[in-house]
Amino acid sequence: MDIASLTIDQIKTGLTARKFSASELAIEALRFAESENPKTNAMLLFSRERALAAAKKVDDQISAGEPLGALAGVPIAVKDVISTKGIRTTCGSKLLEKYVPPYDATAVIRLEQAGGVIVGKANCDEFAMGSSNENSAYGPVRNPVALDRVPGGSSGGSAASVAQGTSVVSLGSDTGGSIRQPASFCGVVGVTPTYGRVSRYGLVAFASSLDHIGPFARNVRDAAILLGAIAGHDVHDATSASAPVPDYARLLDGNVKGMKIGLPKEYFKGLASETGDLIAKGVDVLKKLGCEVREVTLPTTDYAIACYYIICTAEASSNLARYDGVRYTTRSESSPTLIDMYRNTRGEGFGAECKRRIMLGTYVLSAGYYDAYYLKAQKVRALIARDFAQAFTEVDAIIAPVSPFPAFRLGEKLNDPMEMYLSDIYTITGDLAGIPCMSVPCGTTAAGLPVGMQILTKHFDESGMFRLAEAFEKAGGVS
Amino acid sequence: MKITEEEVRKVAKLGNLTLTGDEVVRLSHDMDEILTHIDKLNELDTTGVEPMAQVLYDAEETATLREDRECTPLGSDAAVANAPLSGNGYYKVPLVIER
Repeated sequence: MDIASLTIDQIKTGLTARKFSASELAIEALRFAESENPKTNAMLLFSRERALAAAKKVDDQISAGEPLGALAGVPIAVKDVISTKGIRTTCGSKLLEKYVPPYDATAVIRLEQAGGVIVGKANCDEFAMGSSNENSAYGPVRNPVALDRVPGGSSGGSAASVAQGTSVVSLGSDTGGSIRQPASFCGVVGVTPTYGRVSRYGLVAFASSLDHIGPFARNVRDAAILLGAIAGHDVHDATSASAPVPDYARLLDGNVKGMKIGLPKEYFKGLASETGDLIAKGVDVLKKLGCEVREVTLPTTDYAIACYYIICTAEASSNLARYDGVRYTTRSESSPTLIDMYRNTRGEGFGAECKRRIMLGTYVLSAGYYDAYYLKAQKVRALIARDFAQAFTEVDAIIAPVSPFPAFRLGEKLNDPMEMYLSDIYTITGDLAGIPCMSVPCGTTAAGLPVGMQILTKHFDESGMFRLAEAFEKAGGVS
Repeated sequence: MKITEEEVRKVAKLGNLTLTGDEVVRLSHDMDEILTHIDKLNELDTTGVEPMAQVLYDAEETATLREDRECTPLGSDAAVANAPLSGNGYYKVPLVIER
């Protein structure tokens, strides 16, 4: 068994044919992960005890002849902003160095109910804020494809782990591109489902109206299976959607002939680069599969960065207010008064990017500025959502780049936050509109760096998105 | 300049953040750059546009409020287990009011 390239279907076949047991697989997966992880720092912690307990449950089911769940025996990494009961969850922050959640996130419960085996927690940018995974208090993650480069962020560990083979699939979170961008940088599949499709209960809040949990996988089918296992309504999250969850994997029939594809002209102007060339080749593959390609327009695109960095910082400043030294493990020692304790705990605990966003969010929400900033941004957000709704009256799916460039070198963009923010342009729009979107591998640059192609569809049409992505993958993608 | 160092210090107080002198200088530069970019939104006429407060406002019915039923809460022992300082099921903080 080649642990680094296993798929969910191979695991299922191996288990049912008794080629290996879930426990043997878990032990081997942990051994491999522990020996390989120092190369990338993708994982912050291995949850051996919990993994072996979950694997044993699967083996007991097999012995008893019971039906197996969709993720039976599958080694899974979970981003460290997703709560795991009894297992340290740091959010990549010094502030939560010792935080052990008293409950599991709903997504975590569901993947274990489906037989999934959580092998550990994946590194990430502090509180999921960043595009390079360099903002983690526990050191940066290296891209397994090119170790001198970043894996993307903020779910850099989740993407790198799947690419490296230290997990078969993983969970990440996406607020402005934090799943799709690292997926594209590491050459794996990354999915941001419709807002509300997966419960956010237990996902440590960054920007609540934009936060999503979603899967990483080495192929489209595995991503579809994982999403199917975690999606669906949850009483613990009032924004989780009650719409029924289709059997995504069963709907992968390869039939995309006649599917109407839109290329937003605003996304392709000025994309004269290797990335642009590879996406163009990807579009050619879709044409050969029988898709009808046309240009569409998303006129509000130019305003998306400004809109996003108001909404996400405003919501972050509110959500991060709770880390005040009272409830969450870390308190500044040298503070005689309550207010000093709050201020010093936060000043000492948060990293530079979190401080920048708390400050910006506090500023835009402060007295006299609400209408000019937050309210204005919410109105612009409505226009961005309207652009997509209009485009989806003409086409079934939109194809776009994920990032303007492939993985960059560690340290290369660290000192220019504005440049880092601007590079989110192709991914934040999907989050603002709340629509499903994903990155699927679309070839590599001359230097061997992966590039992702983004597919976006209308609310709750994950099925259409997966079908297109899988047909593209089966056709060989871009070589 | 969109924001001065003095304003940065004021916002830091509102956000309960102790900042070093270097951080104040750095943040006033960064925030200025970002706020200047954000000004772009004023080019857009949003008269009559409803603010998008609910993400799925134009999707199909998704109202999913749960029934108001009794349930067992976490319990104070579990809730305070992560506190840096606690006692008798309460969080402990520095003295607030002198008796």
